[in-house]
Amino acid sequence: MRSYFSRKLLIYVVTFFVAVSIDWLIPRFMPGNPVQRLLSRAELHAEAAEVMYGYYTTAFGLDVPIWQQYLNFWNALLHGDLGTSVFLFPTPVMDAIKDAIPYSLMLLVPSILLSWFAGNWFGAFAARSKRLDNTLLPLGYLLTATPYMWLGLLLAWALGMVLDIFPIAGAYSFSMRPHLSLAFAGSVLEHWFLPFLSLFLVMFGGWAIGMRNMIIYELEADYAHYLEALGAPRKLVRKYAFRNAVLPQLTGLALQLGVIVAGALATEIVFSYPGLGYLLLQAIQNQDYFLIQGTFLFIIIGVLLANFLIDIAYVIVDPRTRRGMQGE
Amino acid sequence: MAKKKQQSEFLYFALRNNKLRIGLAVVLFFLVLTFVGPMFTDYEPNDYVGPGAQPPSSEYWFGTTTFGQDVFTQFVLGLGATFLVGVIGGGIALIIGMLVGFIGGYRGGLVDEALNVMTNVVIVIPTLAVLLIIAAYLEVRGILVEALFIGFFTWPWAARAIRAQTFSLRTREFVDLARLSGMKDRKIIFTEIAPNMMSYLFMTFILLFGGAILTAATLDFIGLGPTQGISLGLMMNNAVLWGALHLGMWWWFVPPGLAIMAIVGAMYIMNVGLDEVFNPKLREM
Amino acid sequence: MSLQIENLTVYYQTLHGDVQALEDATFTVADGEIMGLAGESGCGKSTLSNSLILLVPPMKLVGGSVTLDGQELPIQDEERMNDFRFKEISVIPQYAMNAMNPTRKIGKMTAELLGSRKVSFKATLPELKRRLDLVELSHDVLDMYPIELSGGMKQRMVMVLSTLLNPSLLLADEITSALDVSSQKAVAEMLVEFRDREIVKSVVVITHDMSILYQIADSIMIMYAGQLAEKGPTEVIIHAPRHPYTKALISSLPEVGVKYAEKRLTGIPGTPPLLLDPPIGCRFRERCPIAFEKCLEVPPFIELEKDHFVACWKESETHAQA
Repeated sequence: MRSYFSRKLLIYVVTFFVAVSIDWLIPRFMPGNPVQRLLSRAELHAEAAEVMYGYYTTAFGLDVPIWQQYLNFWNALLHGDLGTSVFLFPTPVMDAIKDAIPYSLMLLVPSILLSWFAGNWFGAFAARSKRLDNTLLPLGYLLTATPYMWLGLLLAWALGMVLDIFPIAGAYSFSMRPHLSLAFAGSVLEHWFLPFLSLFLVMFGGWAIGMRNMIIYELEADYAHYLEALGAPRKLVRKYAFRNAVLPQLTGLALQLGVIVAGALATEIVFSYPGLGYLLLQAIQNQDYFLIQGTFLFIIIGVLLANFLIDIAYVIVDPRTRRGMQGE
Repeated sequence: MAKKKQQSEFLYFALRNNKLRIGLAVVLFFLVLTFVGPMFTDYEPNDYVGPGAQPPSSEYWFGTTTFGQDVFTQFVLGLGATFLVGVIGGGIALIIGMLVGFIGGYRGGLVDEALNVMTNVVIVIPTLAVLLIIAAYLEVRGILVEALFIGFFTWPWAARAIRAQTFSLRTREFVDLARLSGMKDRKIIFTEIAPNMMSYLFMTFILLFGGAILTAATLDFIGLGPTQGISLGLMMNNAVLWGALHLGMWWWFVPPGLAIMAIVGAMYIMNVGLDEVFNPKLREM
Repeated sequence: MSLQIENLTVYYQTLHGDVQALEDATFTVADGEIMGLAGESGCGKSTLSNSLILLVPPMKLVGGSVTLDGQELPIQDEERMNDFRFKEISVIPQYAMNAMNPTRKIGKMTAELLGSRKVSFKATLPELKRRLDLVELSHDVLDMYPIELSGGMKQRMVMVLSTLLNPSLLLADEITSALDVSSQKAVAEMLVEFRDREIVKSVVVITHDMSILYQIADSIMIMYAGQLAEKGPTEVIIHAPRHPYTKALISSLPEVGVKYAEKRLTGIPGTPPLLLDPPIGCRFRERCPIAFEKCLEVPPFIELEKDHFVACWKESETHAQA
């Protein structure tokens, strides 16, 4: 088991290095000069522009040799200093991100967990009945083929605008300030439901389909036939099949994280939900490089952490890994 | 002789498989629309052709945008962009996936380990994050660049799957024969192993194609798509940006997403059908 | 009589039509008898075994009956057969190496299997341990996962498992095919030991390896293309076979000590017929050196000598004349 985890940790550390380096590299290898770009928009007087150029160059640390810039970057990173946001000036990037994270987590965690469990259960259930299977299969495929933001748009339009059941913007009513009260909690839930639902439905389709396929595969396995030959009740066979089918589903979850995060970001944009996605959109629109970089880093860290959690879960579910075997 | 019979047997089942037929029909419908659609409109996607925010009518089949652009024109031209990204992005991902998967799966050992680490690293990095960093710094972006980047980051799962298949094929007798007769590794991979995996590779491509379309749509929606031209994701982006939601202009955002869902969904269902055709055990009695 | 099969006919339903895999099989296996069931691939031996223990689609029962210890087995009724499975009739499958759930410890799986069949694991444990000793497996295997065992060990474990409830009839399907020669000997001898200790009453050993049958089988039944060709005591089949197919089969086996230069290996020219549309009458007809017009009718499986059954018109003619 130790080798299993150390191997995984190695990958994550390497990935983190690669990601951070990409993050640092890209702006420096893109055509054009970010400082110039910043200034050209400001339309400053020539002398003022020169002063500002010097100021920004120093502020961005662009006046030191490249390798030093790289080290400075890491140094700042490890101190939790991600710079200052341009469009939210003078708020530090770190603070802006800290405010946005809870909302993103609020969307991601319940939707991922619920859709995974419900989808798996449902897929296994559908594999039992032919009729259920035939009606649900195409539905599942369509759901998983649906772009997240489009479903969000549909739900916002149908349930939000046309039927006016749910609000479609913000995390809570604009007339409220965050405080501990039932009314506030209610408002939060109200605003949370539609974005959550759109994420949930698309993922649910994917897991249901995946599980159904895995279960069918497991039910055709040799050990299933052996149990049947020895007269074991269907319940036992199904129990084993389910347990075995869950393993690739867990691995699948880790692989899907990138896609899910992307979907969540897009969904936030649809609902103007103040999570990382919405923050990112605004950063892009305002060309706030520090904010973009900071958000990128946090997404990477989040995904790595989630991967690690899934690895832990995998060890718990697949008893073979505890014996020092690779497992999947 | 046996190969010919096998191929015609595949064709027989392929033509009769419902999932394959329906899926193919839907995809072909949209494909035809991509080529034929522009003939029904004289406008450019960003032309101002009439009053803004008009619902669908006989004059403007899909209505107009807030600024009075023809949604139908945007739609059929956007379809083309979507297909292009899907084919190029999916194609590049397949090629990289094949290279990594074949070489790692066939060679094994240190080469495999190294490729594995690389695959694992790329897998964990969320595509979107990297793409947004890159796209945010590139002032001018074309469809090709978008497709390229999508291709460069979505290959890992294909590489894994191909590697697993190569592993199992590697130990088969005909490969041993080829090796004994002194065939070079590269030649073995391309003349012995790959042809046996044709069906699998094709199905993998379909999934990559669908994935590329979805990824591109998300990117475009966030505003990181091509800076010129139109695409289905961009349509939805504009729609949201210019208040289509609040103004109830469903004709602006419903068709693009619907088309994506239909195309990608049809591809997935086609894939299931193909699996049944190639894998006799799955065929319904 | 332990096992009585009468006119058993089983087909496989396929998209192209019915594959007539087992045609009109009639034979008996006595208490305490180890009967070998031999024949080429596709001759119907696995079909026979599967139809007894797990007759599921695409297999369908076309006709015939199976009686075990005087009771008729409802082989086409999957539900009712469960009462007999594992307890009266059991199988060591061809895929024994993969027969155990890879993600369950062997002991835990056994406990759950027994529990699901309303048998107490606790009560069975001492006997289970004795059986493990019998097949020379350490008790530790109960605490291991299948992947930790070697092929031979898995085979023996499945042997123990399948016979744990002392079934009356055991079907052993190709239990030595995937093993090396010394393991083959060990497993084959264990099978005989099981019968001698009355852990199982009768055994049907399905294999294409005649040498194993020569070592352990009391009688051998030869099948060809879904039809029974010959059945008789081992010595008779090996040294004095009467069916042309059996004769050709035995003579095509290499002899120890004989070099190829001295005596060439002969095969049987031709290939077995496809059973989707089998030839009428005796299915060996087209490859048989002594076939004649009567062979267009299916020859009956008749007892030419004590316990020696042959399905061949020519042989019955010769027998009648004698």
